[in-house]
Amino acid sequence: MSKPMSRRDMFKLAGGLGVIGGGTIAMKYAVDSSDPRAGNLGRMERATLGLEKILLSDREHQPGDITPPMAFPMYHVAPRVPIIPDGWKLRVSGMVANPLTLSLDDLMKMPSTEYRIEHHCVEGWSAIATWTGVRLSELAKRAGAKDTDYVEFRSFDVPKGWTRGYWSSWDRDSAMHPQTLIAWAMNGRPLSPEYGAPVKVYGAVKLGYKNVKYLTEINFLDQETGGYWENSGYEWFGGV
Amino acid sequence: MARKPRPPQPLIIRITHWINIPVLVVMAMSGLQILRSYPYFGPQGAKYDWVPLQAWESPEWVRAGGWLAGGRHLHFAFAWVLVINACVYLGYLLYTREWKRRWFWPPRDVKQAIPQALYYGKRLTPPLVAAIAVEYVLAQVMDSGPMLLIAFFVVFGVANWGFSKLLERRGKTIVEPAKQGLYNGLQRIAYTSAAVLGALEILSGLAIWKPVQLHRLAWLMGGYDGARVIHFLALLGLAGFVIMHVVMVVVHLRQFPEMVTGGALEVAIAEPVPAAPVVAKPTEAEPKETPKADKKETQ
Repeated sequence: MSKPMSRRDMFKLAGGLGVIGGGTIAMKYAVDSSDPRAGNLGRMERATLGLEKILLSDREHQPGDITPPMAFPMYHVAPRVPIIPDGWKLRVSGMVANPLTLSLDDLMKMPSTEYRIEHHCVEGWSAIATWTGVRLSELAKRAGAKDTDYVEFRSFDVPKGWTRGYWSSWDRDSAMHPQTLIAWAMNGRPLSPEYGAPVKVYGAVKLGYKNVKYLTEINFLDQETGGYWENSGYEWFGGV
Repeated sequence: MARKPRPPQPLIIRITHWINIPVLVVMAMSGLQILRSYPYFGPQGAKYDWVPLQAWESPEWVRAGGWLAGGRHLHFAFAWVLVINACVYLGYLLYTREWKRRWFWPPRDVKQAIPQALYYGKRLTPPLVAAIAVEYVLAQVMDSGPMLLIAFFVVFGVANWGFSKLLERRGKTIVEPAKQGLYNGLQRIAYTSAAVLGALEILSGLAIWKPVQLHRLAWLMGGYDGARVIHFLALLGLAGFVIMHVVMVVVHLRQFPEMVTGGALEVAIAEPVPAAPVVAKPTEAEPKETPKADKKETQ
């Protein structure tokens, strides 16, 4: 074991080190993390998507204790907390047989569902709250939504200098999950402006940034329309 | 059961070993990039204060991906390479029964590990202390993290060489206990722990990735937040392993090519060989050579 290296071994050693060094350099050029949804990293994201869709199940989830009220982080992209516009209505349209225009009252009169759900933020934190609202699958039924692959959510949370608000698009299976709600209450109280009033989409199977607050529109589409964070480089599926 | 002679490091083991290095580096660095966006543990409103290194402002050179989305994409892309590599390694170890000569088996290894630990304590403490002292001084004048990291191993190598020369000049020998088969007991503990930590990283990683769909796995890991803690502590453990591993590579530099070339064929592990007379060198004296194959492996 302690005998000196033969010439042959030295060639092998040099070759091995060369392969490792070359591989490391090649790897650096093969990935561009500044635009991660393009290039090879984007290809890997799409390759993983198939598995993520297989993993997605209809099972419903009930986690532990509710997060103390003020400890649940608040978040919006507009410079100030977005306030409900006068005459606010939620539109359900896109590829639907009869588009709906619903007031908050209309939504609250529909059969409601309540769930305690663990929230997972893309940053890594988790928090738990109870959400009350209408199942999105119920709205899809009432609107006679076509069997499209995608559902898009739009909002009035408008970043500075933008004309349109925060948005996201989901795969249909996640949108039709029994725990995907158009929620109007959090922990038994009507949503406050900090948490997305008057209604937000809330699902157990998506990361936080997929759950659009301050909803204005739900569109059933046959095309994926990205999203606010998705278009800047975050994963499109964002499932948990 | 007689088996074909096998080199100390068969090809599959070498390949998976070397693939692991860039992949683990990318996983660790992109993981620290992700951690930076929320360097705390425990759910909102009920943080786990006992977890170390919270609110850590990691330096840029330990991170990869540049920003959260870049770090996440790197992490998820390379995770599959790591998973495949781990499966190939594990499958090979189980199929060829290589694990028998590599993994920690208390009845065989504990007795050897204790004198081995005492030996390393005596043999490595002086050069390690010297290297840490020099590193401390260097850290006062050098800013570059990666340079300091490399410098540590270089300084340790020099200190180790100097210490061995010193021992030689004084005619002293520190006797290293004979290893058992391929490895000594401490090596087996170290490599087995690294494999266990790697498995924990993969399992806790899957639980963090899909805490809802893989809810049973997440439950096993103590929930989503428990899995994050395990994922991070296992990283600290692996980092500790890698540092000690490189220190040992520096100590046993002549064995390094084995992981590239495979090394000279060993007689089949199942067939006991008569003890060959060994010429002891002054610094690495091995007074008693035990048969290469021990009883455990004969079964």
